[in-house]
Amino acid sequence: MRFRFEIVVSLKDGLADPQGKTIQDALPTLGWGNVAEVRVGKHIELVVEADDEAAARGQVGEMARRFLSNPVIEDFRILSGEVAAR
Amino acid sequence: MKPKVGVVTFPGSNDDRDALRAVALMGGEPIPVWHQDRDLGGADAMILPGGFSYGDYLRTGAIARFAPAMAAVREFADVGGPVLGICNGFQILCEAGLLPGAMIRNRGLSFICRWIHVRAEDLTGDVLEVPIKHGEGQFVASPDELARIEQQRLVAFRYCAPDGSLDESFNPNGSTHAIAGLRNDRGNVLGMMPHPEHAVDPDLGPTGGQSVFQWLLTAARDRVPA
Repeated sequence: MRFRFEIVVSLKDGLADPQGKTIQDALPTLGWGNVAEVRVGKHIELVVEADDEAAARGQVGEMARRFLSNPVIEDFRILSGEVAAR
Repeated sequence: MKPKVGVVTFPGSNDDRDALRAVALMGGEPIPVWHQDRDLGGADAMILPGGFSYGDYLRTGAIARFAPAMAAVREFADVGGPVLGICNGFQILCEAGLLPGAMIRNRGLSFICRWIHVRAEDLTGDVLEVPIKHGEGQFVASPDELARIEQQRLVAFRYCAPDGSLDESFNPNGSTHAIAGLRNDRGNVLGMMPHPEHAVDPDLGPTGGQSVFQWLLTAARDRVPA
């Protein structure tokens, strides 16, 4: 079966995020002065062929740990594991 | 016999030619190594050059670390072979786990291209004038890792004022502890964001990069059978 996953990779809390800060600093100039904690990350979509969702999810977790994120600077979340249309 | 120094060309490397030229200028025999090669051509030392390997996709250096040549470089480093990673090469060494920490976007977000000064923390103790050119050179590491780096004196270079004093206003990218370069525990792997290969020819400007190549060539010579 094919399972579709979304992985969100973000800079670790406490690590300075220059892109997030720049966006946050720009928002008030457009009239949105009430925004805080802007963080910029990556969104990765992929489809895994596996026997069941648990196997697919386990593999995605492994890929996220070893390749899609760098544990020194980033955290990741796996958002979904729905069955992908053929 | 001249020590052979291999320079790996990844797709997107752009300082490989300068590195090869610097090796020749400093008395070594330059050996071009293609990223698909597992054979390092009998090199006595290796350089991972600057550039934008694989377009900096995913993270800087994240994809280059899986290249066949990198498997060979890792084996070479594991047996004590001297390896110098410059800029993107430093980022690749961190991604490959051969050096601790990682690089994130510069503090000021801008790509920086200019001459700066770094203090060689124990390579020579000198202040070197060398250029930097990078968008993601802000060195970070976890507090534990940072403590280990300082305790074991793994910092090779720090950004500094022209007189060698440490001053945050001379830290161009916001690197933690002004770290511009690191070595591994064994001392045979050195990574640095500044570009020594652009600073070896007196006809072209300052020569702050020469001592880095002298270190590499000396380490390489030690490996050449007499």
